[in-house]
Amino acid sequence: MTTDFWFACIGAVLIAMALFTFIRHTHLLRRILAFNIMGSGVFLILVGLAQHQRQTDPVPQALVLTGIVVAVAATALALIIFRRFYQLSGRTELDEDQQ
Amino acid sequence: MNLIPLLLVIPLAWALLSLLLPRLPIGLLALAGIVLQLGTAAMLWNNVQVHGASSYAIGDWVAPLGITLVADGLTVTLLAMTALIAVVCAFYAIFYLRAYEKERRYFWPLFWFLLAALNGIWLAGDLFNLYVGLELLTLSAVGMVTLSGERHALAAGLRYLYAALLGSLAYLLGVALLYGAYGTLDLGQLSSLLDANLMTQLALALMTFGLLMKTAVFPLHSWLPPAHGGALAPVSAILSALVVKSSFYILARLWMDAGDALMPVSAAQLLGTLGALAIIWGGWQAFRQSEIKMLVAYSTVAQLGYLMLLFPLAIGQSQQSAVLAWQGTMLHLLSHGFAKAAMFLAVGTLVLAVGKKRVVDMAGISAKMPLALFAFGLASISIMGLPPSGGFNAKWLLMQSAIQSGQWHWVAVLLVGSLITASYVFRVFSVSFQKDADPQIRSTHPALDLSALLLAAIAIALGFAAAIPVELLTLPEDML
Amino acid sequence: MNFWLPLLVLATSLVAALFIFTLPEERHALRGSFNLLAAVVKIALVGWMIIAVANQQTFETRFTLMGDIDFVLRADALSLLFAGLSSLLWLFTTIYAMGYLEGTPQRSRFFGFFSLCVASTMGVSMAGNLFTFLIFFEMLTLSTYPLVVHKGSAEALRAGRTYLFYTIGGGVALLVGIASLHALVGHTEFVETGVLRDVSPDLYPALTAIFVLLIAGLGVKAAIVPLHGWLPAAMVAPAPVSALLHAVAVVKAGAFGVVRVIYNVFGVEFSYQLGVLVPLAAVASFTIIWGSIQALRQSDIKKRLAFSTVSQVSYIILGLSLFGPIGTMGGLVHLLHQGIMKVTLFFCAGIFAETLGITRIRDLNGVGKRMPLTSAAFTIGAFGMIGIPPVAGFISKWYLGWGAMEAGLHWVLGVLLVSSLLNAAYFLPVIYRLWFARPAPEWPDEQIPAGRFETNPWLLLPTVITAAFSLGAGVFAAAAWSPLSWAELIAVREYLS
Repeated sequence: MTTDFWFACIGAVLIAMALFTFIRHTHLLRRILAFNIMGSGVFLILVGLAQHQRQTDPVPQALVLTGIVVAVAATALALIIFRRFYQLSGRTELDEDQQ
Repeated sequence: MNLIPLLLVIPLAWALLSLLLPRLPIGLLALAGIVLQLGTAAMLWNNVQVHGASSYAIGDWVAPLGITLVADGLTVTLLAMTALIAVVCAFYAIFYLRAYEKERRYFWPLFWFLLAALNGIWLAGDLFNLYVGLELLTLSAVGMVTLSGERHALAAGLRYLYAALLGSLAYLLGVALLYGAYGTLDLGQLSSLLDANLMTQLALALMTFGLLMKTAVFPLHSWLPPAHGGALAPVSAILSALVVKSSFYILARLWMDAGDALMPVSAAQLLGTLGALAIIWGGWQAFRQSEIKMLVAYSTVAQLGYLMLLFPLAIGQSQQSAVLAWQGTMLHLLSHGFAKAAMFLAVGTLVLAVGKKRVVDMAGISAKMPLALFAFGLASISIMGLPPSGGFNAKWLLMQSAIQSGQWHWVAVLLVGSLITASYVFRVFSVSFQKDADPQIRSTHPALDLSALLLAAIAIALGFAAAIPVELLTLPEDML
Repeated sequence: MNFWLPLLVLATSLVAALFIFTLPEERHALRGSFNLLAAVVKIALVGWMIIAVANQQTFETRFTLMGDIDFVLRADALSLLFAGLSSLLWLFTTIYAMGYLEGTPQRSRFFGFFSLCVASTMGVSMAGNLFTFLIFFEMLTLSTYPLVVHKGSAEALRAGRTYLFYTIGGGVALLVGIASLHALVGHTEFVETGVLRDVSPDLYPALTAIFVLLIAGLGVKAAIVPLHGWLPAAMVAPAPVSALLHAVAVVKAGAFGVVRVIYNVFGVEFSYQLGVLVPLAAVASFTIIWGSIQALRQSDIKKRLAFSTVSQVSYIILGLSLFGPIGTMGGLVHLLHQGIMKVTLFFCAGIFAETLGITRIRDLNGVGKRMPLTSAAFTIGAFGMIGIPPVAGFISKWYLGWGAMEAGLHWVLGVLLVSSLLNAAYFLPVIYRLWFARPAPEWPDEQIPAGRFETNPWLLLPTVITAAFSLGAGVFAAAAWSPLSWAELIAVREYLS
């Protein structure tokens, strides 16, 4: 049981928790948070699993770095759209009956 | 000189240009840029046809640390389709956006980022770059959906963004598992390394789920109609014609390169069943819609279902049947791209002219806007899969594949799909021919009609010139 | 030149269609002259090909569509039979339609799609394999829809829906049939005497199923009972549409497809061996009788003519399914004869409606004195349908009866006899009313007053000419250039090669 493997396991747990929140809750902000936590879980697995199987590896580090940039951009976009949506509608969730 | 990097450099440069210098005549600049890109794609097409597939390692860094771009027959076909549809949509947008002063500011930068993402996806040779491409694509597509900043557009954009992000993470998780197990992300290397164990199958299943989400395959389609149906006409055209195809393209590459020996045949049949349900459900919903753009958007849901028939027809079947299925699916992807873009552009012109959105508001329109309706009609021929059109040839190939592999139930799906499509398309025509109605219309620029007609004509021309793309589309494993 | 000519023939009406679509609505003179010019050029080109084909030349346009599928246009004796009919009648119907639609809106759309229909018909006639045939067959469906709903009334839109329901359904059956045949045989080329003679007997059940699918798909357009429902509904369209398309182009495209399937795909001898011809003859016979009985029950002129079409087209199918050259000749020659005669009748019906507002048979009393030429033309057409010599229809029935004797199907004679009596029963009262009944004090809705001509000369001229053709085709049946001689040429090539 290496530390790297632990990272991967914790990643899996984080993903499971975040997925639950993502599906269970309709509050748009909570979903953004859940998405970020899920992302962190995936990154942990990406680094942990690869280093558990082989030696220390620069490639997953590079990938995670790119992944974080992408996740930040996506979060920013989601936040700005959500804020505008909230200003216009006063709602924090999507109306499900809307087509 | 290697042409491959130009296809990324041009859109990125133009994106920055139109973002930073909005006072320039951005529309005309964009047209020049996209024509340049079309030329590059055409030259690359020619190169591949003459010399075969080529690749390019950015900065001479080779995989796994570097990024390798690959151009083969399928890639250049898709690049050419993208450039061609984009050039027409850009031309259309220049005139269409005159009515949308505020939206125009951000349309062009997003348009270019989207093109860069698409080209990146077609050219990517490894799984992680596909992920980056997908994310860039999602972000710019969501930006385009929300351009108007109105409440319904924002809601549609959010729905789209959440679905796409969930899909991306599922995909990335699959990538992480594969990298953990095999230590490479290069598609070519992976296809020879993969063996059938639980880890690989789980990874492929996760990636498949993510891509299905992004492709809006039934029952994961609910984000698509509001996003595609609510956006501006040129945006809808690009989204339906190109963006959803990119995730399907990755899915197809994944399964045909790697998954055919790893995944059980029943999984392929399951994907086909989802496609069949999409065809029926999407068609039925399209028939029920009261807004004309929503009708076209649900039609996309249905048409994406046809693409899913690739899996049951190709996996676990004879080589001949697989080749036919592959050619048919890719031809369908092309013709649907042109036809659906034409349809959205034509419908956009109609809505702009009439000023109302519902199908019944189009009563008597055939007398006032014959060209837009004619473009819609030509595009519908391909969408319905009637001859002569690319859509028909694609259906013919799929049908031959199904008959040769003895899977008659997929033949039935293809036929039922055509009938449902005909019923919702002719709903529009029936209304447009009504005699008593006298719709008040705003005059629109003839360039709008011309753009839609051009794309529709290409979809029809694919009925006669299908040999050109089909010859380039051999099975991926023969090429890599 | 032999490569380009079939394409050129197709292009004459296709270019006309595209040109007309782009013309503004008010350019009536330019549109009309271009349309007529295209029609005349087409007749000249088809005439050239007819002479050349009689001298054993062939014309073929062929290029690869994808993989093992070719796009083939070929002018052989059989295709020119149908192409000649359509190109000739295109000219007359266009003249007629220009008179008929004078002063109505949406003429650009009408003439554009009309030319497109003719282009599709030419494609159907010259298609060199089933795949190409299907392309034009479906194109015909799509380009006729705007003509059926041309009036835009609720009734027209409803008829349009019915029309699509039948024809698209038929198209699907045809598509499955062709795709299966392609998967089984590897190609769907039309070859004299067919391509299936050497297949293994294990495939016979599959081939029978394919035959049924193909005939069902084609039978929708050929209006074989019970697939005929669209035809009476589509009568809501303007008279020139009913005349050219529903009496000639669309139903004949179906019947012509049956000819191709039996003679050039399955081969008539193989079809006989497969045992599908006699059931087909039975279905055709039923259609003939049933259509005639329905026609008898109609009080509307166009509806009666429509059901008469249902019945008459099945004469063609009947002739084709009689094994032997004489029956084939009867069927083929009727393809031409019925076309000319039925166009004449629909022209007359349109004139009655436009000039005097008459759409019902009971209002026709005494029209003969007011409109002698039109009534005479109607009488010639009706006599032809009944089979009274020397009108063309007599020749058809004579050969059909003879062919039935040769094929040993004596019951067919009974069918012919009964149907002729029924034809007489629904046409003779009309003729009686025209000439001998006392006219009503005033016509229902007189639009065009009697001047130098009894009606608009644009309507009258083509009607008189097609009536003359109906008579001429019967009187000069023995001449070298009659439809009968051409049908004989085809039958000889089909059975003796």
